[in-house]
Amino acid sequence: MFTFETSASGTLRSGKRAVIVAAVALLACVGAAPAADGPHLGQPISPADAAAWDISVGPDGVGLPPGSGTPAQGAVVYAQKCAACHGDKGEGKTNARLVGGEITGPGPAVKTVGSYWPYATMVFDFTRRAMPWTAPKSLTNDEVYAVTAHILRLNGIIGDNDVMDAKTLPQVKMPNRDGFVNLFPNKY
Amino acid sequence: MTTSKHRKGANSIERVAGNGLLDRRALLSHGAALAGAMGVGVAGTATGAAAEPLAVDPWTLTPGIPVPAYGVPSRFEDKTVRTLTNPKGDPRGSGARTPHHLLNGTITPNGLHMVVARGGIPDIDPDKHKLLIHGRVKQPMTFSLEALHRYPMVSRVSFVECGGNSAPLFSKEPIQATVQALHGLVSCAEWTGVKLSTLFEEVGIDPQAEWFLAESADSVSMHRSVPVRKAMDDAMIALYQNGERINPSQGYPMRLLVPGYEGNMNVKWLRRIKVVDGPIMAQNESVAYTILMENGKAWRFFYPQEVKSFITHPSPGLTMNGPGFYEISGLSWSGKGRIGKVEVSADGGKSWALAALQTPVLSKALTRFRMPWNWDGTPAVLLSRATDESGNVQPSRAAFLAERGAPKVTPNVAAFPMEHCNMISSWGVGAKGEVTNVYV
Repeated sequence: MFTFETSASGTLRSGKRAVIVAAVALLACVGAAPAADGPHLGQPISPADAAAWDISVGPDGVGLPPGSGTPAQGAVVYAQKCAACHGDKGEGKTNARLVGGEITGPGPAVKTVGSYWPYATMVFDFTRRAMPWTAPKSLTNDEVYAVTAHILRLNGIIGDNDVMDAKTLPQVKMPNRDGFVNLFPNKY
Repeated sequence: MTTSKHRKGANSIERVAGNGLLDRRALLSHGAALAGAMGVGVAGTATGAAAEPLAVDPWTLTPGIPVPAYGVPSRFEDKTVRTLTNPKGDPRGSGARTPHHLLNGTITPNGLHMVVARGGIPDIDPDKHKLLIHGRVKQPMTFSLEALHRYPMVSRVSFVECGGNSAPLFSKEPIQATVQALHGLVSCAEWTGVKLSTLFEEVGIDPQAEWFLAESADSVSMHRSVPVRKAMDDAMIALYQNGERINPSQGYPMRLLVPGYEGNMNVKWLRRIKVVDGPIMAQNESVAYTILMENGKAWRFFYPQEVKSFITHPSPGLTMNGPGFYEISGLSWSGKGRIGKVEVSADGGKSWALAALQTPVLSKALTRFRMPWNWDGTPAVLLSRATDESGNVQPSRAAFLAERGAPKVTPNVAAFPMEHCNMISSWGVGAKGEVTNVYV
């Protein structure tokens, strides 16, 4: 990248010499950079230093953080942070319905966490990264586990006393886990 | 060309299909050919009523305004704007649709490009933004915007289409709305940036890896899984849109571009790429953007936007101004390559004729088609049918519904009852010139 310093009319600013400064400050040493002939302008970072951004959770639970929560604990958080948009019992309000519904039948399908979402880990992941909409990433990991437990309980998928944590959440079998056909790579 | 050839050309302009479709070559040759063709038409003369005497216009009598630093459209173009999905800013995502009935050509102006923003548009300081690439790589790295600008760059024209574009066609009854409402979630721009394969080589991607996830820096940290195969083919980290830094609503300062793939996978405000063992099962790939079939099973990982076209001129909401010559034109594209041909019908699909394709015809880019038409003033039904270079043909409504199932209701025009909906559109032209959405 080049840096140009010009006046409003486009003349170069420094009078006798044009100031066209190549940005050289980024020639950081990349040590054991794998590509021999690449520009090597990336800055190496350790997994520990990247941890704050590494928030994705896989369907097998990889990436779930420490912490835990119960449906009862989650009901308290839900009432304060979630019910205004999703309804007192997850029936939906200004935003998506979370509870009940069915995806087969004579009418249009009603897709909810209970009827459609294939993995319980997705509830934790989506809530942690994106909810509540007006203050995303404001819940503690314990609160996210608890809200996830509450939503699963409202759908009758776990019991009142089930504790959700990094070990138990991936073991929850969602009703629609096997309801998907992967088009990639078979269709391409 | 000689005079005799003019005459020969004029006389040989054929009606290439029913209800007044003219040979597409008439558009490319001398105007006399079209005039000749119109002369034999029902509309009669090739010239209209005499023009009014000319007056001196006021803008010729006073100096104009000084040229501004950044140009904006004429004040008379205030209707050429996007329609919004969340105009009041309720606490949910927002989006915008492109007014294709008011545009022409193939490139969408940056301010009119379609948008779906699940967490709104973040206000990102480009000097503080970083791209992290980690996971199954030899050396995880972050890249500043300044660093990315020193890598070799490429430009390509590519459409971006929401997986839910054209969903209102999946309705029991035809929904009366403009093409902006029906098809406005596709746009096309020239994107410039760094190939993702270049950066994967820099960090030393595990050669066995098959998947990566791409994640946004917006408030909802929107993320998607993408096959590594696509990265090595034609994916890029786009930094520029139509020559200027990428628009805030398109991902400033950088977005993932996966040409031809479902719009949602072109992650905007890109901040993180992680090479992973398998699909991460993001909410936006295993709930949203899935297609529930009648047997209760849902299609997942439907990536390419398949071959599609629709007519923009005329289209619902526009009115034909009396019988005579019109140019039918529209847009076509395929997420699997170039458009091979577009056929147009003016008689509801009974007969078809080849439209002219405006060059250049680019892979995975909007392609404009044009078809001369002598409308005789009687009711007509206009259709367009695209075929891509691989021979994939845009399905009829009947064929599409035979595979996906029949719609049970007539939904709100803003709803998404179907994804990847590429059936043929049909516009009815009434005797008064009114254009409506019809089923044939």
